[in-house]
Amino acid sequence: MIEVTELTKIYGNTLAVDRVSFSVEKGRIVGFLGPNGAGKSTTMKMLACYIPPTSGGAKVAGHDIFHESLAVRQSLGYLPENVPLYPEMKVIEYLDFRGRLRGLDRQRRRERIDFVIGRCWLRDVVRKSIGHLSKGFRQRVGLADALLHNPPVLILDEPTVGLDPSQIIETRRLIKELGGEHTVMLSTHILPEVEAVCDDCVVIAGGKVVARGSPDELRQSRRMQARVLVECRGPAREVEVAMQRVSGVASVEIIAGGAQNGPCVVAALKPKDGYDVREEAARTVIQHGWPLREIRLEHATLEEFFVQVTAQQATRT
Amino acid sequence: MSRSVTIARRELASFFYSPIAYVAMALFLLLCGILFWDDFQPGQPVAMRTIFEWMVWVLVFVIPVLCMGLLAQEWSTGTFETLMTAPLSESDVVLGKFLGSLLFFVFMLAPTLLYVALLAMYGRPDLGPIFSGYVGILLVGGLFSAVGLFCSSLTRSQVVAAVTAVAVLFLITIVPWWAATRTPLAGFWRKVADQGVFTRYADFAKGIIDAGNVVFFVAVTGVFLFLTVKVVESRRWK
Repeated sequence: MIEVTELTKIYGNTLAVDRVSFSVEKGRIVGFLGPNGAGKSTTMKMLACYIPPTSGGAKVAGHDIFHESLAVRQSLGYLPENVPLYPEMKVIEYLDFRGRLRGLDRQRRRERIDFVIGRCWLRDVVRKSIGHLSKGFRQRVGLADALLHNPPVLILDEPTVGLDPSQIIETRRLIKELGGEHTVMLSTHILPEVEAVCDDCVVIAGGKVVARGSPDELRQSRRMQARVLVECRGPAREVEVAMQRVSGVASVEIIAGGAQNGPCVVAALKPKDGYDVREEAARTVIQHGWPLREIRLEHATLEEFFVQVTAQQATRT
Repeated sequence: MSRSVTIARRELASFFYSPIAYVAMALFLLLCGILFWDDFQPGQPVAMRTIFEWMVWVLVFVIPVLCMGLLAQEWSTGTFETLMTAPLSESDVVLGKFLGSLLFFVFMLAPTLLYVALLAMYGRPDLGPIFSGYVGILLVGGLFSAVGLFCSSLTRSQVVAAVTAVAVLFLITIVPWWAATRTPLAGFWRKVADQGVFTRYADFAKGIIDAGNVVFFVAVTGVFLFLTVKVVESRRWK
């Protein structure tokens, strides 16, 4: 549904997007992840035919973004970052205006407007001016607009920014429901969002694609390991040495505590593949007579993965 | 074309939401009323020559204010992105905005028909020159709107757009006419002034609809609209 090949954008001397390639199959929800300024919005703007690429190309719903831009825009619902809207218009007027621009006839316009108003929980505000709406409602108006012509592809640039927690959950649920029928691409830098909503992710940093796969695959990728956190009351140096002797431990790092923070320390143990070091670590702590406060297995999070890959990218460039 | 009409409708509606449009409209009608005072005196010919001749001067200031937001506001609020990701072309947008502002101008002009009615009540006006005067003022309004739209496409700031448009309109309307009478190069400036907006418009006010003048206004309007389309297209490449 979306096919991106070697897409590149250069602004003056800045390389914003550097030969990005990926593809999205029909009905999938893809998270486009990356730190601020990684090139997420620029890529999405190019896919939405708002800015032309410097080189490379892309196809959305089978149409080339450069040569068939009108056809692409007809089959695309796009929610720009910050959702710019006309503040003086009423919600219903705005949706009607957008429906006309997309060439929907009167009958179809009425049906679709009614549908998206219900779908995006706008029933209570249809007669209000957009300028008087809260950020959350404006976001929903933008989303309603993107869904208006029932496009096969949706591109949503940070759809949950600025919403309150319950709105975030509602919006995520809505996006999840849209998958299957629509192909959705959404950008975010909020990782739990990706885990909650997306089937696949594309991680981008410094304008390059640095990783791809489902959230599970990324978490399990080679770099990522679970670790065991041991918190006890004892001298930092000695705890570190003792933990290193526990069989199956690859490395130890004191991540909190130590001399200046009083006698409590937290040691992070990286186990070798296939070892569960918890029981022996606990025994060791008790043998040394250090009171044990907590021991727990910490699963790798997407956060860490994200920090790792983006940090690597930063040092490389 | 239907998309231009959609844009024009939205633009027209947004004029009626904007306080600046009402202020400009009130100012325009007030000045027209004062000008009409001169025409509507005992012993004066039953015509609207004064009001038509001076209306252009008023429009040099009023139309840039009306048109300043047409595109500058889209740039500054970012709504242009939403607009251009709908399936429509730059020329649809420019044409639509032009038609919208021209329609608003027609609304603004409509109350002056009252003066025609007043003249008809108290005398027997010659309707020919009045009709040609309206044709002329509509053509001038179109040209000025195109200039205003063009200036609005150049910047994000509505103030800059308005000031630029006033400057351009001064240059093509008033400067040659003024220079023709007051500067050493009067002969040269008179030739320029003959091609300028004011002289050509004065013919309409006198009751002459000259094909050359009509072509002049339509063509220059077209040139400014074309330039606006080019500016709008080029902004996306930056």
